[in-house]
Amino acid sequence: MTELIFEQSTAGRINNAQYQSGTFSIDDLPQALLRKTGPALPEVSEMQAVRHYTRLSQLNFAIDTHFYPLGSCTMKHNPRICNEAAMYDGFSGRHPLSPASTGQGVLSCLYDLQEILKDISGMSEVSLAPMAGAQGEFTGIAMIRAYHEARADDARQEILVPDAAHGTNPATAVMCGYTVKEIPTLDNGDVDIDALRAAVGPQTAGLMLTNPSTLGVFERQITEIAALVHEAGGLLYYDGANMNAILGKVKPGEMGFDVIHLNLHKTFSTPHGGGGPGAGPVGVSKRLVPFLPVPRIAESSGEYVLLDKNDCPQSIGRLSCFMGNTGILLRAWIYARMLGRDGMKRVADYATLNANYMKVKLEQGGFEMAYESRRATHEFILTLKKEKAETGVTAMDFAKRLLDKGYHAPTTYFPLLVPECFLIEPTESESLEELDGFIAAMEEIRRESIEQTDLVKSAPHSLPVRRLDDVRAARQLDVVWQEDAI
Amino acid sequence: MPFIPHTEEETRKMLDAIGVSNIDELFDEIPADLINERLDYVPPAMDEAGIRRLCKNSAQSDGHYVNFIGAGAYEHHIPAAVWQVATRGEFYSAYTPYQAEASQGTLQLLYEYQTMMASLTAMEVSNASLYEGASALAEAVLMSVRAQRKKHRILMPETINPAYRETTETIVKNQGITISNIDYSGDTGTIDLVQLNDQFTDDVAALVIPQPNYFGALEQVDELVDLAHKQGCLVIAVVNPLSLAILKAPGEWGENGADIVVGEGQPLGIPLSSGGPYFGFMCCTQKIVRQMPGRLIGRTLDAEGKQGFTLTLQAREQHIRRSKATSNICTNQGLMVTAATLYMSLMGPAGMAQAAKASHANTRLLVEKLTAIDGVEVVFNSPFFHECVLRIDTPMDDLVRAITAQGIIAGMPLGADYEGLQDCLLVCATELRTEEEMNDFALHLERIVSKG
Repeated sequence: MTELIFEQSTAGRINNAQYQSGTFSIDDLPQALLRKTGPALPEVSEMQAVRHYTRLSQLNFAIDTHFYPLGSCTMKHNPRICNEAAMYDGFSGRHPLSPASTGQGVLSCLYDLQEILKDISGMSEVSLAPMAGAQGEFTGIAMIRAYHEARADDARQEILVPDAAHGTNPATAVMCGYTVKEIPTLDNGDVDIDALRAAVGPQTAGLMLTNPSTLGVFERQITEIAALVHEAGGLLYYDGANMNAILGKVKPGEMGFDVIHLNLHKTFSTPHGGGGPGAGPVGVSKRLVPFLPVPRIAESSGEYVLLDKNDCPQSIGRLSCFMGNTGILLRAWIYARMLGRDGMKRVADYATLNANYMKVKLEQGGFEMAYESRRATHEFILTLKKEKAETGVTAMDFAKRLLDKGYHAPTTYFPLLVPECFLIEPTESESLEELDGFIAAMEEIRRESIEQTDLVKSAPHSLPVRRLDDVRAARQLDVVWQEDAI
Repeated sequence: MPFIPHTEEETRKMLDAIGVSNIDELFDEIPADLINERLDYVPPAMDEAGIRRLCKNSAQSDGHYVNFIGAGAYEHHIPAAVWQVATRGEFYSAYTPYQAEASQGTLQLLYEYQTMMASLTAMEVSNASLYEGASALAEAVLMSVRAQRKKHRILMPETINPAYRETTETIVKNQGITISNIDYSGDTGTIDLVQLNDQFTDDVAALVIPQPNYFGALEQVDELVDLAHKQGCLVIAVVNPLSLAILKAPGEWGENGADIVVGEGQPLGIPLSSGGPYFGFMCCTQKIVRQMPGRLIGRTLDAEGKQGFTLTLQAREQHIRRSKATSNICTNQGLMVTAATLYMSLMGPAGMAQAAKASHANTRLLVEKLTAIDGVEVVFNSPFFHECVLRIDTPMDDLVRAITAQGIIAGMPLGADYEGLQDCLLVCATELRTEEEMNDFALHLERIVSKG
């Protein structure tokens, strides 16, 4: 356990290197609007701060330190050059409200990224404004709503979502004022198309679909699904969470999707940063172009400009104070340019190769796959329900024991449809040795769960803390430090 | 192959293990007519040396400007240690701390961040951050409506950053919420209390109070909070976090303080970067914490009774509640918050107060120098903090163009957003501006105004 920074604080200690010299009067500010006592921020030396946070960093698992096969998160290598270049002074120092004429360099990169994303997605136009996948989803559904409203097609009040979908899908539909209807999934992992047929109608605003789905399989009836929804007058939303599986191979626009979002922090390798920032650009088919959020980056006789609400009167509007997560978009652009034309397809190829190799090897090792007869995409689901029945060891126990063996756990208990599941996504950046090591660790844990059940059930044993009491965390809410509170 | 380690031999071995003859076979469940590997636009690959050169050229072509714009993003000093430590791979390349035992570094840091923000705002609770300031306000509006049940109207002053209002409208417009504008007084540049008084009806969920407001002017926060609370409204404060090193914290406004506090975290160690990534912060009272969106970190005990940190109150969130979640938000801005936590620790309360005071003193000096010019005057008579509106007797477009040509970003013209302020410029000089730079600005402005 590492002491909190507040416990290292000494009243009156000042980090003089960061303390601007001089005396500055604020005698023009009314006393009643001033702070009487300073905030209780840490008073530590520069070395204390650097040492404390360096030590904290060492308590983390990260891609840079461990294999991190978190399903649906695409934890691939984050090239350092992407960060270095995005932090060049010319990029990092530019004020967002500076005239566009002073940002032709950065805007040219962003415009190029827009064009690259159009090419790989097969969409007519792309906006880089959304700041995360969930905001991309919001943008997409808000555009679907604006489209129906512009046509006075007001009866469409329902969004269809497969039951396997990520939780953000239904949450987003509700944020956009829609009701949600769930569509069941067949045992083979495909959408129940009869149920879909029965569900679509004049009330259908659209369908949100991830393909490959969160079940780690490609939705084979996608063309038929698209036709069904379109015939009913609805639009198709593509959740690009799993784009890594089909990058350079399949274009969502050609599957029939009207609007998509891409997670650049997944497919295009921008850092996950302990939970963000992300970037979730949206792409649209022709009929949704007028509704794209502002600002939009456009080119006009060799000059890059930002389009605002006056230029795009039907736009759903602004999603943030400025123009989105520019620094993240730059990192994605650098990565895309380094992959280049041939590199796009190679991402999908090797991500899929790695996942299928792991699936086959784990199957041979006696683990049960949720969709055994199906090819893995860039990820696959393993279920430990047999292990649980035999030994009482759960997927969570397995996950915690994996940490002891130096592997970050896969996604656990998602999707909700499969009991005791692991969603495993190795990504293309992992080597064969790493995959074999993980497979061996899984087999070892299974042996342990028979011979030393308690060892697995009480894991982890070698991390900074043992298993944490989540119930206590929620019941005795302690989210702000107070001395001696615990 | 960039970022793919496989040798040909390994690929062969893996294909054999799977029992297929080539990689394409792994895609045999995809209908053949959907496979399209043709890319017309994407250029050929570049190696690292090539892309570095290209980026250096692009970054350099944007040049170096002396910046006098604030308007929601501020150029402050960032200690070197902030980004050196924040971009350590263990922070940079980790994900949302789902496996708490393997993420204690990120989790403890976020808990410390929450504590710092709660102290800065004098509120009971802080979440682990949202995307940025404007969308954080939208989330606060949604939260206030959830907390107030049947009330659906929000009072939004004209003195809020116009982009915050637009963002809020985009995000909340399909949820049956009405946003009512409150005028500002032309004399003070602050909320018009008379007009505000008439707006309190039974359906008002919350009053939004920016401090300092978009014009840099200081609102009468104590009176505003007490007025709103008397009417059964919640108060959403929108504040600049660095200003809170010296200005009264929202938790102490009026008798009972603000209920929700949001704002743009960028001044806390985040580079301007053409607008992002930044982070939004959100704090609130304990009473409404269960209506709060976003990730929240709690302290708890492990199996041996040792202190540890974990994601908590997840039952509010989309991955559990799905369509009934408080928001669709899935992450926080982890990396930016890592930087901000480092910033606050390295600066400390004294360093931050000094940066805030120095920025304010610089803006006063700038205003003094600029208003010495004939045809330049201060517009509002309220006290301001580190940002101020000037009326300049010359066509604004020409002025901006001419000053930009001198390598100076003059400020934010207000005409596009405010009728009656067509000839006005919002200027800011942070602690980084030197007197020489201000003199230079004044010199060019005088030349331009006298010509105009």
